[in-house]
Amino acid sequence: MNKPSDYQSVLSRKNEIMKTAIQIDYDRYNYGKIGFNYEQMLEENSYPFELTKAIQIDHGVGKTPLKELKNLTALARTCAKPGKGARIFIKDEALNDSGSFKARRASMACYQAKKLGFKGVIAATSGNYGAAVASQAAKYGIKCIIVQECYDSKGVGQPEIIEKARACEAYGAEVIQTTVGPELFYVFLKLLEETGYFNASLYSPFGVTGIETLGYELVEDTLKLTGKYPDKVVVTNAGGGNLTGTARGIKRITKRPIEIIGASVNLKGLHMASDTDFNRKSFTTGHTGFGIPFVTYPDRSDVPRSAARPLRYMDRYVTVRQGEVFFITETLVALEGIERGPAGNISLAAAFSLAQEMDENQIIVVQETEYTGAGKHHQAQLSFARKNGIDIRFGHPSEEIPGVNIILPSDISLIKTEELELDKLRVSLIKNLVKNETSLFKSDLEFLVEETNSSVEFVKNVLKANHIQWEE
Amino acid sequence: MIKKGSWVQIHKVVLKPEERTAQIPEETKKVPLEMWVKGFLCEDSLLHDFVEITTLTGRTESGTLIAVNPSYHHDYGDFVPELLQIDKLVKTALQEGKNE
Repeated sequence: MNKPSDYQSVLSRKNEIMKTAIQIDYDRYNYGKIGFNYEQMLEENSYPFELTKAIQIDHGVGKTPLKELKNLTALARTCAKPGKGARIFIKDEALNDSGSFKARRASMACYQAKKLGFKGVIAATSGNYGAAVASQAAKYGIKCIIVQECYDSKGVGQPEIIEKARACEAYGAEVIQTTVGPELFYVFLKLLEETGYFNASLYSPFGVTGIETLGYELVEDTLKLTGKYPDKVVVTNAGGGNLTGTARGIKRITKRPIEIIGASVNLKGLHMASDTDFNRKSFTTGHTGFGIPFVTYPDRSDVPRSAARPLRYMDRYVTVRQGEVFFITETLVALEGIERGPAGNISLAAAFSLAQEMDENQIIVVQETEYTGAGKHHQAQLSFARKNGIDIRFGHPSEEIPGVNIILPSDISLIKTEELELDKLRVSLIKNLVKNETSLFKSDLEFLVEETNSSVEFVKNVLKANHIQWEE
Repeated sequence: MIKKGSWVQIHKVVLKPEERTAQIPEETKKVPLEMWVKGFLCEDSLLHDFVEITTLTGRTESGTLIAVNPSYHHDYGDFVPELLQIDKLVKTALQEGKNE
């Protein structure tokens, strides 16, 4: 029997499609009115850490080198106060097959798909994850479809996304490209239903726990190279999986308090579902347009309960400007001889500024890089921006208006992170989760404390302010 | 004439403007949700014909035939001279820092 394939009908079958396509019964982890057992969901739907590590090594993933950026550190020290300027290290994740840390997630998704007997995998992604899934699917000998939002209504493609399509096709994947809009999810659901393939979601438990190896390795590598633990780790934040997985991995190797800092590029004012804004941004990921909504409501993803819950793990959240990231990307080439993609360098731009607050003998680790090339290269992105009427010039980063201009810092001392208030994000998360409730159980309240990594008192105050009652 | 079995790209409209969801900006609501996919042509056809293709995963898709042996044209763009200025700026700053 053919099921109706119109938009509303397909969307109404969302839960059943998802359950079949990822083989997780998310409902069984729910409790109270809004709570769910996060740790149990992860434990029952991922592999033990040692096995995850073994699967990844067996499939050419991970064990990337950690590199000290001595010249970049020296440059940061030229504008830091005496005695300040921590040693900056990068985990060169670009050296994974497919060119990014996303191979860690993809390897686990493809392993799971193969193990459960699925013939293929589907992922909805315009980013490095598509190439990663396609690459791992090739290794596992399963089919692969990548659905990507690529063009505006004039048919102009984002060069970075076109490059990603090329990479996916090179790895043998079928690539479906759409214009701008969240209804891509409809296309994705229809494909899952039609093919019976596995949903290689970025937000599945095995995908996110696949990144734990990265957090673990970076501590191990830092110890090997320096005999010390890192003091701070900076993670580019979009959907939150990178931060969640890395932080969990760090906690597996040490109980020491290592500060976990999320970093996103500031795209304030640009709407992610806007046809006209689409090609006016120079970053297709790692930006506040994903970062903030996902931090404050993780379950907006393509699975009912996201395994990526960054607010549980984040100690600080900072932003940098597009011009600052391009500047640092070029600096990495000029001073270190390392040519990498701009989106992967968001956390590096942040680290350059953060290192200046830290003592000279401290260590800050940037936990990823990504590959670069035609379309993705900072030269390609800046040129594309200029063609789209974006004014590119030197100046003060605070003059940057996303979609209007890109300001390259006129002096290195102007590269400065801006702090996002975590408490404000915590309040938003609570409001988002309780918006349909008038009262909560005690277990819900405890869940909110875990979700926001705050205190009972903090949560109670937010609930009070929003006229929500709770059971003591 | 484009021969059956040729590697081609097709285009189709997935949702017309009036079928789009409510929670999107006006400028997006005004335009259709379009889709592009590549595959092997099922029958001899002409460019711009409405055709069927078999994709790499063996699925059948239909739409307007827009390209044969579709190629990639993305590149490094026009040269951005500001990058040379960044090089000069950071190299000078590093050198001066070392001399201090």
